[in-house]
Formats: sequence, structure tokens, C-alpha cells
Amino acid sequence: MADQKASTSIEAVESGLAAQGYIASRQIATAVYLSQQIEKPILVEGPAGVGKTELAKAIAAWRGKKMIRLQCYEGLDEAKALYEWKYAKQLLYTQILKDKLGEVLGGAQTLHAALAQLHDFGDVFFSKEFVEPRPLLQALEQPGGCVLLIDEIDKSDAEFESLLLEILSDFQVTIPELGTVSAITPPTVILTSNSERDLGDALKRRCLHLHIGFPEQRLEERIVESRVPAISQTLRRQMVGFIHEIRSLDLKKLPSVSETIDWARVLVLLQASELDTEIVKDTLNVLLKYEADIEAASPQITTFIAKAARSNVFG
Amino acid sequence: MRENLHRFFRAARGAGVHVSPAESIDAMRAVAQVGLTDRAILRDALLLTLAKSQDEKLALGDCFDLFFSPPEPPQDQTVSDDKEQASQDPDQSPSSHSENEASGGEPQEGLGPLAQMLLSQDRNAIQAAMANASGAASLSDIRYSTQRGIFSSRILDAMGLQRLHDDLDELTATNPALAERLRTALDALREAVRDTVSQGLALYAREEAENLRNEILRNAPLARIERRQVAEMRALIRQIARRLRERYSKPRKRQRRGHLDVRRTLRRNAAWGGVPFLTAWKRKHRDRPKIVALCDVSGSVAQVSDFFLLLIHSLHEVVDDVHSFAFSSHLIEVSEILEKKSPEDAMAEIMSKVGFGSSDYGSSLVDFEHDFMSTLTPQTTVIVLGDARSNNLDPRADILRRISERSKRLVWLNPEGRLAWGFGDSEMPRYATFCSVVRQCATAQQLERAVSDIVATYQ
Repeated sequence: MADQKASTSIEAVESGLAAQGYIASRQIATAVYLSQQIEKPILVEGPAGVGKTELAKAIAAWRGKKMIRLQCYEGLDEAKALYEWKYAKQLLYTQILKDKLGEVLGGAQTLHAALAQLHDFGDVFFSKEFVEPRPLLQALEQPGGCVLLIDEIDKSDAEFESLLLEILSDFQVTIPELGTVSAITPPTVILTSNSERDLGDALKRRCLHLHIGFPEQRLEERIVESRVPAISQTLRRQMVGFIHEIRSLDLKKLPSVSETIDWARVLVLLQASELDTEIVKDTLNVLLKYEADIEAASPQITTFIAKAARSNVFG
Repeated sequence: MRENLHRFFRAARGAGVHVSPAESIDAMRAVAQVGLTDRAILRDALLLTLAKSQDEKLALGDCFDLFFSPPEPPQDQTVSDDKEQASQDPDQSPSSHSENEASGGEPQEGLGPLAQMLLSQDRNAIQAAMANASGAASLSDIRYSTQRGIFSSRILDAMGLQRLHDDLDELTATNPALAERLRTALDALREAVRDTVSQGLALYAREEAENLRNEILRNAPLARIERRQVAEMRALIRQIARRLRERYSKPRKRQRRGHLDVRRTLRRNAAWGGVPFLTAWKRKHRDRPKIVALCDVSGSVAQVSDFFLLLIHSLHEVVDDVHSFAFSSHLIEVSEILEKKSPEDAMAEIMSKVGFGSSDYGSSLVDFEHDFMSTLTPQTTVIVLGDARSNNLDPRADILRRISERSKRLVWLNPEGRLAWGFGDSEMPRYATFCSVVRQCATAQQLERAVSDIVATYQ
């Protein structure tokens, strides 16, 4: 039955990503599966450090495809994202070919004849050789398909979004001088956003919208387990429990998954066997990136450790 | 199933999620891929394709749960695992280990189908009949809570209430006990129908009701708004601010590609003897509005000023800088108070400083000229909000003329209707000669238009 197939395929996605060290929640796996089935890009939103970019990397590694990354920033335009004419090369060639041009046109008697001859050359200087493909065009030209990561789309200007629309819906771009370039194999497109500004409806409509929040405790433990295998089970439970307590505070920047992993590595390096106030105080700057946050969290450390330890016993 | 999905899309729209036809097609394709057996996956798939923000996801998630868990059918039987069936067809769930035997009694001969159904306590059948009847009564068209009664009776009629009443009459004569049971069952059925209608209302009518309320609120005179509506109005003003931000905060510098900046190009390429290896293109710069707002906070206009200041100060992305001044008998600068405090506190503080006096436009304008004339630049739009009723004191229109000369535009917003201008102690006609624009501004809608026009002149 088709339905049965779907849920097994979603599990396959989950285990495939897990093999690359990316522990995906059910929702993420469903999104990845659907994006492949109905050929739609995924727009991933969520706080910094929950693994939005990692997801694209994991998909690329799992499917054995090349990953092409386009980092967005303010002022990014089509010349840097899509294609650019190699202007200097064009100019250089015209300079070099000056004499040749004279030879070719030498036979022409009148200006009109020369012009007609020139037309016969066609648009030599606006041909494929003079196009410098930028990430978006590169992605379309990959014969085996690829994973195209458009990172932090919210940092780019609103005009740039419109530029993406054609690529996202039809997997093609139109270069006025060359015509329309369609993808050989439609790439898997992942867009990430930190919700710095609201994206346009037109862009959102063309994507599956996936929101990755902070993971549940179980899931986060599995993530730590896969990323930092050296850590002991008790410590892992304790630290993840502790981080979940920290996230309940009202902080400027909550620690996200990447901070959890960093912290786990630090704890392993320090050869800690379990959490205590001393070691947490010393390493809190790995988790919290603002002085004010550290100050706000410091008085709570002992309580949180106790809570994390308790939940450990019952959980 | 397709029918159900369509109804779900309508419900989603009711919940405030914008489901365009293209998105519904996507959702259909996604559902075709994942199938219907696993409810969690179905939910994920619909959330992925339809909802486009975190808020929408929450709303749609609630909507999904509400939609796929219909109210309890009449009999009070144990609720059983309704998961699987629910995802297949919401209308026929929840399934039950139907305890058909309950309180015995085979369906009586000669009774209508509804009566038989009620007597045999067939939950699924009743549920299905109710769903069909709500379809026939087009429950998804319900818009207002006042329509609950009519939809309930329509559904009951469609289920065959008429026939049931006939049966009841007959049974009362022949078999009073059975009639009693039927009557109880009917009461339970009425309740279930009422629940269904309430659910329908919650699903389909939310957006409509909100729109209606907002529409009324938008056109209500700000000055005479009731206390309980103030919070709603603030929310509405914030909404308006968001809309204006979205419309006008778009790029400030627009490149004019295609227009070569010859001077910069030559300068850049001087090293290559003027051969233009690097090109420079012209850009167009746009100013963001600078606003100086003078708000009358005397009794008659205070409420309008409050909302106006709230609106102007939530436009940071659109407006470069705002200087706000409040006055009744004298004038003070209030920008800082408004920036630092919450709207409620700020207004309370302003009121305690200058509020509730009788307005004196003349001396307030003198205060402004004396202390703050330097805030005006040729890019500034000056907005005066007030009813221009100066209690027959000297209006000092000459100061207003000087303000007008120093600024880009002078806009006067008056909460009073045009007909009242110039009557009694209103100095409006005298002031109006020096204003670029004078307009009435009594409701949220007029406020939005006025501010929108002011911002638009800078685009």
C-alpha cells in the first residue's frame, strides 16, 4: 500500500540522515521526504545553531551529491548569485582580436557590408565561454543533481527573493543573451532563515515550510550521543537536562544544539564524570554568549544541577 | 477524502492561515504521497505545505486537532481508540466497540430511520448521519454566532426530525416506555448537534467574526471609544503599524542599474588609461521621513493623540526620526517618554505632566518656537493633531506660518468633522491657510490613511 511505503520511506530518510550523524525528528524527515517527492524546496526557519545548515550538509552526504552553498548577505545581487559576464575577458579578447577584426572586415566595401559581416559572427562575446557561473547557475548545471543550500536568505534584500522565484518553482533561470537554462537534474534546494525579517509570500508559497525549534530532551540526548560518542550516559543525561533548565530562563541568547555539542566536547576534554557546580561555573561561557546571560544563570546553577540529576533518576 | 480536505482548507482559512489554491494543490500532492494511515505524518505534511510561519503552524495545528476530532456522539460510551479511523475519515470517527446491545430492544417495525438509529444506539451511523446532515445544511457557511440556532435546526431537519416526532407521537400511545427512551436519546442528539454546530463555528467563522469586529473598530470614533476596547484598539493600531512598515520599509536605496555613472567610472579606471575595466553605476538615494508631531492632549483630543503617538512611534523602520511634543496649555517634548516606557505608562506620564488642561494653542506654539524650532529641517514633515479650539485665546497663526516655511510639509489632523471647523472657538480656518494638508482624522482608518499618505510622499 502507498501509505505503508510512505512511512517506511520516511523512516529510511531518518536512518539515512542518522548515518551521517544528523539525528532528525519525524517532522524533519517528513519534510525531506516530501521535498523529494513533490520537488519543492524546503524553507527552514529556527533559532541559530539548531542545525539548519547541518541538515543540508547531511542530505548531501547521505545522497552522495555535491553541495553548493550560497551565503546571503545584504547587497547580494544576481551578478554574485547567478551569473556574471567575464567583462575583463571580453574586453581583453576584443583588444587582442582587434587586428583580426580588421582582416575580417577588410573585404567589405561599404559600412553596411561590414556591419552585415559583423552580424554573421553573432554574439561571440556573449556566449557561454564568457559567462561566469555563480552558485545558482552552477547548481542547475550539475549533471547528477546537487544539494543547493541558500543560507540565511533573510539577510539578503527583498529584490533578491524575486530573483530566486524562477529557480525555486521551475528550476530554471533566464539569461537574456543566452535564453533559458533549465536544470539537468532538479537540485534539492534548502533555504535557511533566522527570521530576521519576514520573507515575501511569493517565496514562502513556493517552499515547504519547516520550523526547527530546540529539540526535546530525548532527541537532544541522541544528537549528543551521535556527535560526541565519548561522553558517558549519565553525564549526557545530566548535561542535556541542565541545558533544558537553562532554556527555561529568559535570556538574550538561549543555548542551542550546537552549544550543547560544544559543551559536551568540553566536558569530555575536562574528563568530567558528572556535573557539579564548580565545573559548570568554569565552562558556562561555552553555553552562554553574553555576560548578562551568565550573570542571570549563575545563581541558579546549583538548583538546575539538582533538578537535572533528579529527572535523571526518574526519567 | 478530497471533500474532507477541502473542508479542512476552509477551516484553515477560518483559523487565519492563508491557504491559496496553489498551496492546497501542494497539500493534496503531499497527502497523496504520504497517505492517510498515519495521523501524525498527515499532520506534519499539512503543516509543512500550508503553514508558512510559526504562528500559522500553531493555529493550523490546533485547527487540525479540532477538525479531526468531532464532538462526542449522543451515547455516553467509553471513548475508544479513534486514531486510525479518524485520519481516514473524520466524519466517521470516533469508532467504538459499539455496544449495540445496550438497554436491549430491537429496532421497532414501522419506525423512521432516525428513530431506529437512536434506539439501536449505533454510534457510527448517527455520527455519519450527522456529518451528512451538516454537509446538506452547508455548515461550513456558518459565519456568526447568532446563526447557531438556525444551523442546528437545519441539521436536525435534514436528519429527519419531522419523522421522528411522528414516531414519538405514535409510540407515546402504544409503547410509553420506548417513547421515553427515544425522547432521552433525542435530547442527547440535540446536544450533539449543538456541539457540532459550535465546532463548525469555531472552525469556519473565526476569521469572519474577527474581520467584522475589526471593521467596526476601525470606523469607530477614537475619541469616544469605550475603556474595554482600548486594548483591542491598541492591537489594531499595532496591526496598522505593521502594515505600514511592510509597505514602506522596503529598500531605501534603489539602484538605477543601466545608468552608467560616467564620472565615477572614469575616476576608477584612471590606472588603465581610461579603458573602463571596472564600471560604476548610479544609485538613487531616498530620504526616510523625518517627523515632528505636535499633539493636543487636552481632554477632547487626548485619546486620539494617544493612538496617534502609538502609531507614529511604532514606525521605526519607516521613519528616520520622530520628535513628539504634547501640549494643552503649554508644550513639552515627549519623544523620550514614549521610547522608554510601555504605551500605557508613557501616556499616563504625559497626561500627568501636561494633560487635562484647557488647550491654549497660542502659548503652546510660542513654547515650540522658543525651544524647538531648530528641530525643523527642510526634510521634516510637521504634523499637528488637534481640534484647534483655543478657548478664544490668541491663536498665534503667525508662528504656524513660520513653522510651515521652515519645513517640507505641514499636515493638520483634526478629529472633528469638517462641519464643525470654524464654529465656536475653532481656529481651524485661520490655521488651515498655512497647512499643506488639512484632514479629518477621527477613526483608526482615517489615521492609517493620513499616516500612510505622509510616509508615501517620501517614497
